[in-house]
Amino acid sequence: MGKPETLFSKVWKKHVVHGEEGKPNLLYIDLHLVHEVTSPQAFEGLRMNNRKVRRPDRTFATVDHNVPTRNRDVIKDKIAKKQMETLKANCAENDIPLADMHHPDQGIVHVIGPELGLTQPGKTIVCGDSHTSTHGAFGALAFGIGTSEVEHVLATQTLWQDCPKTMNVKVEGELGAGVTAKDLILAIIGKFGVRFGTGYVLEYTGEAIRKLSMEERMTVCNMSIEAGARAGMISPDETTISYLKGRRHVPVGADFDELAQEWLALATDEGAVFDATVTIDAATVEPQVTWGTNPSMCVPVNSTTPALADTSYPEDVQRALDYMGLEESQAITSIEIDHVFIGSCTNSRLGDLRKAAAIVRGKQVNPGVRAIVVPGSFLVKMKAEEEGLDQIFTQAGFEWRDAGCSMCLAMNDDVVPAGGRCASTSNRNFEGRQGNGARTHLVSPEMAAAAAIAGHFVDVRTYAGNVLQEG
Amino acid sequence: MEAINKHEGKVYPLNRTNVDTDQIIPKQFLKRIERSGFGQFLFFHWRFDDEGMKRADFSLNQPEYDGASILLAGENFGCGSSREHAPWALLDYGFRVIIAPSFADIFYNNALKNGILPIALEEEQVQQWMEQAEQKHFTLAVHLENQEITAPDGSVVSFDIPAHQKDKLLHGLDDIALTLTYQDQIEAYERRMQG
Repeated sequence: MGKPETLFSKVWKKHVVHGEEGKPNLLYIDLHLVHEVTSPQAFEGLRMNNRKVRRPDRTFATVDHNVPTRNRDVIKDKIAKKQMETLKANCAENDIPLADMHHPDQGIVHVIGPELGLTQPGKTIVCGDSHTSTHGAFGALAFGIGTSEVEHVLATQTLWQDCPKTMNVKVEGELGAGVTAKDLILAIIGKFGVRFGTGYVLEYTGEAIRKLSMEERMTVCNMSIEAGARAGMISPDETTISYLKGRRHVPVGADFDELAQEWLALATDEGAVFDATVTIDAATVEPQVTWGTNPSMCVPVNSTTPALADTSYPEDVQRALDYMGLEESQAITSIEIDHVFIGSCTNSRLGDLRKAAAIVRGKQVNPGVRAIVVPGSFLVKMKAEEEGLDQIFTQAGFEWRDAGCSMCLAMNDDVVPAGGRCASTSNRNFEGRQGNGARTHLVSPEMAAAAAIAGHFVDVRTYAGNVLQEG
Repeated sequence: MEAINKHEGKVYPLNRTNVDTDQIIPKQFLKRIERSGFGQFLFFHWRFDDEGMKRADFSLNQPEYDGASILLAGENFGCGSSREHAPWALLDYGFRVIIAPSFADIFYNNALKNGILPIALEEEQVQQWMEQAEQKHFTLAVHLENQEITAPDGSVVSFDIPAHQKDKLLHGLDDIALTLTYQDQIEAYERRMQG
């Protein structure tokens, strides 16, 4: 046995094409995911310089940010339409596979990558989207890049990268009943702040992480960027293997068994050293609600917004409270909402929809609330419909939509109006994120579903009539 | 990209922490397929009200900051989304240098790729200049080659930047052209991995 190594270190080393001490390494990229918003200028750059896409077979594109989630045949937004048509033309010109708007594989790029088995342990994965960290749940090294780097990867299938530091985010103990992966990652960011991960690749370890499903692990890794981290990773284990088995882009038979052993061997070795370690006790995590304008501004549902006198940044807190239309020391359960969004690359997978549906089954959305469910992909939508989840949602008064990023960033017409207040399962509560002047509260799918029924935030663990369901 | 070495300019102080890319350029402006023309949308909802009128309470709208080319900001500048539209908007508006106690990783990279020089300095230093720039016309002179900033009182502050990034900024180098000189190694890697 050699020196114990981290998952990150094993994946990194395997991908170094060229490296000199103290300089950035040239890293090979196994999978490049492309979408309509951050790619047009990259393709244009290639054309201007007479360059070709080096490995279209390692590139996969879809439309997600802009797509309407209903009435897809009529796109009113001409600029958005042009952007989607541009992607189509660029993919055709460069032989890049594209899951277009009407394609059965279409969906949020971070939902379909894993779903199709394109995402695999040990791969380097990039995309012009910061939530590429999602794929780290499989033990891939996955991170978001800007458009210049998109162009660089298209042309060379590589990237220059400074080797980041590693941080072990140890989650000890077990999550309580009714406490979700979303609550865990919000609590981690709430505890350590929005920049504790800057310059680091996080690896989530510990008993609570091992017990999470792949979908739940994706929720955790997805929000690594909200901690400022370059990427978030989780060591592959049997949960990873059984999720991937049988997926379209994953080998079958003996090849799969061999690959599975390689994947398991990527896991961080006992005794491997991280540059830093933080620890959180899962048992202390409660359902979280963000009250402010960045994801670290979150508290347990049964508490209050901060008291200005108790904070070290009273100006930032005051500014956030003003934007959110809240008072200091206000009970979270007193906050009334008028919009509910269940969706996004954080929480739009089948398990999320099942859990939300279990809360709303047989109930009615509060009359003052407009609630929408946007499945993460066509495949999620289809499977949910096979289980009748769409019926549960629509009978309760939710709108049931087609797949896309939708109200997470409101680039299509799924917008929260100014002054509107949304319980959202997405990942960012920045000012104006869901619409100019809109107020976003980040929560788990279960908490969003319960808020839709109650019309205000409630503790989903004790919410009247709710039977907590496993799985 | 345009090379940068010596840059002297007016300083605009944005005394806020965690300025995210959604504030730098809101999502409704990400649908364009061009790289240019984003400056008009910079800090859009901070600069303009719902009727498109300039907000008097946002300091960038004050005439004394017209023509500012050095942005001072609080820590974690550029957090959030990977949109390169953020540095495109800053550059198009006229900013060539951004000074803050810290930057989000992706933004830092994106800025460098576009010839914007991001400089991380001690919070105390940033705050000191922030107060001066809030009170009166304030300029700084940045010299990348020497890694120094000179204030109007003659004081000199040095800063760090990775050597390779400095080199690219000084010469306005195209990353891709440089990488293509490693084509043989990339091909060798691909053969090795397949075999």
